[in-house]
Order: sequence, then C-alpha cells, then structure tokens
Amino acid sequence: MEILNLARQAILMPAGIQDGDIEKIMNRLLSSPVDAADIYFQSSHFESWVMEGGIIKEGSHNIEQGAGVRAVFGEKTGFAYSDRIELPVLLEAANNVKAIVRQGQEADPLHCKVSIKAADWPKHYATQNPLKSLADQQKIDLLRRVDSETRKLDSRIEEVIVSLVGVHEHILVARQDGSLVADVRPLVRMNVTVIVEQDGQREQGSMGGGGRSDYNYFIDRDIALEYGREAVRQALVNLEAVEAPAGNMTVVLGSGWPGILLHEAIGHGLEGDFNRKGTSAFSGRVGERVASDLCTVVDDGTLPGRRGSLTIDDEGTPTEKTVLIENGILKGYMQDQLNARLMGVNPTGNGRRESYAHLPMPRMTNTYMLPGQHDPEEIIKSVKKGLYAKNFGGGQVDITSGKFVFSASEAYLIENGKITRAVKGATLIGNGPDVLTKVSMVGTDLELDSGVGSCGKDGQSVPVGVGQPTLKIDGLTVGGTSV
Amino acid sequence: MQNQEQHTALKNIVQDILDEAVKQGASAAEAGLSQENGLSVSVRLGDVETIEHHCDQGLGVTVYFGQRKGSASTTDLSPASIKETVSAACSIARYTSEDEYSGLPEPELLATEFPDLDLNHPWDIGVDGAIALAIECEDAARSYHEEISNSEGASVDTHQGIRVMGNTLGFLQGYASTRHSLSCSVLAQRGDSMQRDYWYTVARNARDLESAVDVGNKAAERTLRRLQARSLSTRQCPVLYCAETASGLLSSFIGAISGGNLYRKSSFLLDALGTQVFPEFVRIHEQPYLKGALGSGAYDGEGVATQTRDIVSEGILRGYVLSTYSARKLGLHSTGNAGGVHNLTIDPGKLDYQGMLKELNTGLLVTELMGQGVNMVTGDYSRGAAGFWVENGEIQYPVEEITIAGNLKDMLKNIVAVGNDVDYRGNIRTGSILVERMSIAGE
Repeated sequence: MEILNLARQAILMPAGIQDGDIEKIMNRLLSSPVDAADIYFQSSHFESWVMEGGIIKEGSHNIEQGAGVRAVFGEKTGFAYSDRIELPVLLEAANNVKAIVRQGQEADPLHCKVSIKAADWPKHYATQNPLKSLADQQKIDLLRRVDSETRKLDSRIEEVIVSLVGVHEHILVARQDGSLVADVRPLVRMNVTVIVEQDGQREQGSMGGGGRSDYNYFIDRDIALEYGREAVRQALVNLEAVEAPAGNMTVVLGSGWPGILLHEAIGHGLEGDFNRKGTSAFSGRVGERVASDLCTVVDDGTLPGRRGSLTIDDEGTPTEKTVLIENGILKGYMQDQLNARLMGVNPTGNGRRESYAHLPMPRMTNTYMLPGQHDPEEIIKSVKKGLYAKNFGGGQVDITSGKFVFSASEAYLIENGKITRAVKGATLIGNGPDVLTKVSMVGTDLELDSGVGSCGKDGQSVPVGVGQPTLKIDGLTVGGTSV
Repeated sequence: MQNQEQHTALKNIVQDILDEAVKQGASAAEAGLSQENGLSVSVRLGDVETIEHHCDQGLGVTVYFGQRKGSASTTDLSPASIKETVSAACSIARYTSEDEYSGLPEPELLATEFPDLDLNHPWDIGVDGAIALAIECEDAARSYHEEISNSEGASVDTHQGIRVMGNTLGFLQGYASTRHSLSCSVLAQRGDSMQRDYWYTVARNARDLESAVDVGNKAAERTLRRLQARSLSTRQCPVLYCAETASGLLSSFIGAISGGNLYRKSSFLLDALGTQVFPEFVRIHEQPYLKGALGSGAYDGEGVATQTRDIVSEGILRGYVLSTYSARKLGLHSTGNAGGVHNLTIDPGKLDYQGMLKELNTGLLVTELMGQGVNMVTGDYSRGAAGFWVENGEIQYPVEEITIAGNLKDMLKNIVAVGNDVDYRGNIRTGSILVERMSIAGE
C-alpha cells in the first residue's frame, strides 16, 4: 500500500492522472475482445559521476518517464508508448493498440474498475532514494578517496577511472482486472578501472559492484576501496600474462561472476518465448537430462538487495526462485504472462522490460548454480593440464544452435594440479545443451557476482545477477593464440 | 510545411534552454533535442505478432561554468521540466572539477554550410501495408526450401525524426531524417542440426530497400547453408572476414584511434600517427556528405563541421577520430567526430566475393562473430566464430564452435586483400577482408 502510494505520488500525481482516467484508458483497450491488457507507468531518475585523471570530470542527471499501453490477443501484441503521461495521449495510444484485434468485433462491455489489492508479497529491497542517500559533496568525496587510495597501491598505475551511478525508479502497472501494483526500485553501481604500465607495456583491470541499495553500500565495509585493490591486482596479473592456450581442454571456472556461463549457456535457452516458438536448442526438453547430476541451477529474483532482484516483475507478478535444472534434469522455463498463458503454465515473475518504451518478455533475474561437495583446492588439484578462468568480461549465445561464448579476463594455466602462469584473456566457446553434462566437480564455495551485470536481448538491456561455485568442466574450447 | 513548423518550434525550445542556462549563470552551454516517431510491425508464421507505435522525445543539456561542466537530460519537454533540467545540470557543475580542456568547440570549427543530404524520406506504408510486406518477406523465406522448419518472423520498421542542436556560440541547426528496414529470421532443421540466420535491408529511402522476396530468400539461404556445421581442429590458417564481419574489424581499428582511448592511453595504437598500420594498398576515408547514406551529416554531435578526409592512405595512419575534448587533451583539433565516424569507407579492391574465396584458397571464411573478446589496450583479440571451411577457393562445409584469435596490430598489418563485395547497410562500408594468418581453436 505504501509503495503504491509512493508510485502514485511520483508518477500519476504530477501528471494529474486519476484512477478514473486509468479506468477510461483500460475500458478503451477492453472495448475490443483482447485476452490481456496493461498500462505501464514509469518514472526513473538516474545520475552518474565520473572521476578520471584525478579530477571530477563528468556528472549528469537524467529523467526518463512515460507510459506504455499494451493489448494482447492470442499470440498478437499491440503496443504504443509516450513520454507524455496525459489522458488524451494515452487514450489515443489505447485506440492504436486495440486495433491488434482485426476482426472489428466489439467486446461485451467489460467495465474495468480500479481496485487496490493488498500487496502481500515480500519486498526484496528498501524504497529509499539512493540519489539522496549521500549529499552531492559526499559522493564527490567518496570518488576522490577511492581514486587517491587506489593510486597509492602501485607505482605502475598510469590512470584510474572511478564511476558512480544511481537509479531511483518508480513503476506502476495497471492490469485488465483493474488491479494496480507498484514497485520502487533503487539501483547503485560503482566501477574502478585502472591502467598500468611497465616497460612500455600497458594493461587494464576493472572491478565494480552494487545492487538494489543506496550509496552507503560502498562506504559500509569500505567495499569501494576493495574494488580499487581488485582492479589493480587484475591489471598487474595481466602484465605478466603469456599467450593463452588454444584448443579443447579441461577448464576450471572460478566462483561468482564466471556464472555468466550459466546465463549464456543455458539461461537464455530456457526463456519461455524461445521455447514456446520452438526456436531454442532446449525446446521440448523438460524432463530430459541436460547437465550432470551435480548441477542444480535456479533463477531467483527474491534475493535481498541483489542487482538482478525484483519484488514484482514488470507485469506485476511477484518474483520467485524458479528451479531450471535439478540434479541435471531440465525442470522448466522462465515465463512472462504471455508465454505462460500460451504454454499453459504459470508465470514465474520473469516478465521484464527495459522501460515503458519496450515490450516485456521473459528475462533472467539472478541465475546461479547451487553449491556441491568439492573443496575448490581439491578441484584444481585434480587437473593435470588445463585452464583456470577466474574472471570474465561479457558473453553471447545463439539460442538456436546452442553455441555460446564468454570471454575470460583473468586466467591461469593449471599444470599437474597447480595454478602456474597467468595467461592473456581468451574467449571460451561451447555448446549450451551439453556443456553442463561435462561438469565433473562442483565446489562448496557458491558465490554471487558483485553486482555489475547487464543483459541484452532484442535491443533491451536489464540488470541481472549470476553466480556459481567453482566448477570443473571436462572439455571446453579455449580461444587462445598458442596453438 | 508541418516539418518546417516543427523545426522552428524545436529550435525555439533549444534556444530557450540555452537562454535559461545563461540566466542560471552558465558561461556557456550546449543543448540537443530530438523527436522521433515510428512504426514496427512483426509477423511470424504468416500472422501478425506485434504492432508497435513509437513516439520518443528527449533533450540533453550541458552547461559550463568556466571550465566546470554539468549535464542533464529528460524526456519531459514541458517548460517546468526544461527549467529543472537546466538547474540539475548547473547544480552538477558546482561539484565537477576545473578541467582546462573542457568547453565548447573553437568557433571557427563549427559547421557553416548545411547542404541537403537527402536524408528525409518518410514512408507512408501504414500498418496494413507493413504487415503485407513483412508477410511477403517471411513467406518467401518459409517457402524457399522444405528444410526451413520454423521462423522467428519478419519485421518492418520505419522511423522519422528531427534533431536540433545549439550552443551559446550561436550555432542552432536541425535536420530531419528517416530510416526504414525490413528483416527476416528463419530456422532450418536437418536431423539433429537446428540453425537460425537472418538477413535485413536498411535505407533512408524505402525505394532503396531490397525487395521483400530477396530479403526472405537470403535469410533462408543463409540459414540452410549452416546446417550440420562442425568444429575444426585447432590450427593456424588464413581468415577471410565476409563484408558484414569485416566492418567489426574496422570498428575495432576506429576504437583504437578514437580520442577517448588515446588520451586514456588505453589503445594499442598509441603514437601511431604517421606510421604504417595497414599494408600499403589500404586507404580508409570518411565521406560525411554522401547523399542519402546512413552515416551522413554536415556536423557532429557538437556542431563541428565534418570532414571528407583520409584517415589511412598508403597504409599510413593520417588522422585520429577526435571530439573537441579528446582533441584538446592530445593538443590537437577536433576532427568532427563527436558521436563517431561518418560513412567510413575502405577502398574496395579488384576482387569480388568469389575472387576473394580464390585468394583465400584454403582457410576459414568467417560469417559470424560472437562475444566481445577485444582488448583495446593490448590489441589482443579472441572471438567466437562461425563460417565455412574453404579449400582451393571452394566452400567445403559449415563450421561452428570455434574461436579465432590474434593481435589486432598484426591482423591489420597482415591484411592481404579487400574485396569489392561492399556491404552498404551501415556506417562502415567495407568489402570482405582477408587476413594472412590467425589462430583457430576448436575440438
């Protein structure tokens, strides 16, 4: 109730939109026999600060607000949006959108009445405005401290770039049954990038983190300084790196962010839309073995304060912990409302959209593998010759062929059970439907990433999280240059 | 006429923003405003899937208080919001540092001539027309061959917009432009092998789009040829980047000579100006004034005049890609590239696609790249790839689940040939590019 009021105050009141107006727009949508309809209101305040070259170089403040109107009929969707939250504009949008029902038939006059339901689902983050959690001067002081402390760490540091980003977002979804649901979503992120130089050779390292919290997240436990230390450590490791090996070999993936493996190799392939359409390499495979029995993978939007967490998704469905793979067997897909309805299953709270100007679709939240039985050191010891990949950049997948890549940014050779030399970053490539069948050891050390992930699909970007324990994969192609 | 009125109205808003900034104490300011409308229609399996009506607007303002800078943007163009946005930018400038390099462009670099670049051709296709065209396209793809088993659909997109920008040096300009596209993506299946590929066409003027049937046929053909792809053994061999993937290679090169990466010393081409970066036969140039092209524009994101110029000639790097700020950091002048390059073109060679395959002789033809895998600081390059194994100039079989790796510095130097099979669909115009040798990792 309190959240709904906050969203009304942030979005509807400044625009002068009353409940009666929402009823009018919804009734306009429902005057054609649509299967589903919603109106998505959004107001986001975003700020960013960048320190570079030892000075506060850039700052910006951005406001994004608008409303998207959607009607669904069978597999068809009509959609229109506007930056202007005004009744005539939204009524016109509703007119355009309901034309998705081509038959021209009129519906039984279904009268929508706005009804407020108690939002009895648990909340996974606080509603405080992160942009106001520190005074501007304190934000600057934080950046300066990270910059100067990081520069002190090593004489080989050439440049330090520190950025701080905060978002305060209100969303309100009006659904065809008249219910109004809302969410207030904070999101913060800090990044430190360093460039080091030694004997004319340069390398970079980068570390960041954050979550659905406020800026104090970086000050409590001095986590911001830890980002600086980690960025420097990675850059210095890369200075010593030799050519990466090329070919198929045993790969041990570190815990945490290397969980991007799960996001690319199986996560996208388990999104409901691809599976409804039969375009995924995982289509029609529920109940089949897609991983070794050591693997249990979940998508969990309910983790408190995580970057990928949501109290409700962008269709107003409360998020949940969805088991994707249990002991190696494929259990189910991630769903939004449209695909859940068409596939005859329940939505899983994975209906997400970048903004009011985009249509929702099934997307991941926080995707991770549950811990196993092996001590991480024991895993390394078991490898005679292979690659230990500790940190990664981004990845990509072709959901139809199942081929996926993810790029290591910090990796080492394993020789006779020991981590030996650092090697340059390299892309790893594999086949989603069988990479997890080659998982032969799973560590006890489940870790989630630090909170930097963004996932792109169909041109829409949303924040996500990943995680995993240390994993051993018996055979993955490593794209180095040392043939 | 309506266009003209909208233009004037938007220019007035930009001028109001600049005036407001000065009123709030800014010593200089620049502002940009855009309005765009569009329609996207997608069909799948012969029926409508989505109809989207787009309507976007936004304004951005940057203010300077001496050498301190602040920026703000909003999607709300009401007078109250404009005032708040300017104050937000001013408030930020209170906290940013004095930066001797910041500020508006040198006045003499601002564009003064504004030729009609033929960028605005609204397409009055309507929802029904767009649906019909998309269905025609998807039908062509689906009926191309019995192994075409499924579809991700076809879509028609049409956008028209106006952008206006101005600054307190008296620059105030705007132009309208359009962009239309038609795309199609289908799946094919043979045994256990399922593949997907796509094709698209894009143009300022709908008249210049490829026909719906051609787009559908190409999408189908590209999908079918990938069936039963296999991996390769790990090896070194020559690599031919098809025109679509070759543009990525040039885009990495542009990244390395962009001011931002240069002054941060995060480029593998530091201090490369005047040195041999490509083989002698390579010329790369910018053509901002091409009529009707996707990357055309008389001025850049700061109002600086764009230049028809050689970036590389005889293989030697002749110029960087600079904005006002990055240029000042390097002690140089803006090259009119705030916001990127304009119709970057590598001179095509004499060989067509078939000729390039013959030139490759035996090696890898890359038709798709996956992942990022490019380290701008060192030039280390490692990306996922799919394509075809070629022997004696003939395609043998499709390959996938491999990576190609090397160092960009070497790769650029070791370009053997550039084809005349130019892909005109983007801001980078290149034919296929043959690189002498790279590392392939596979099974």
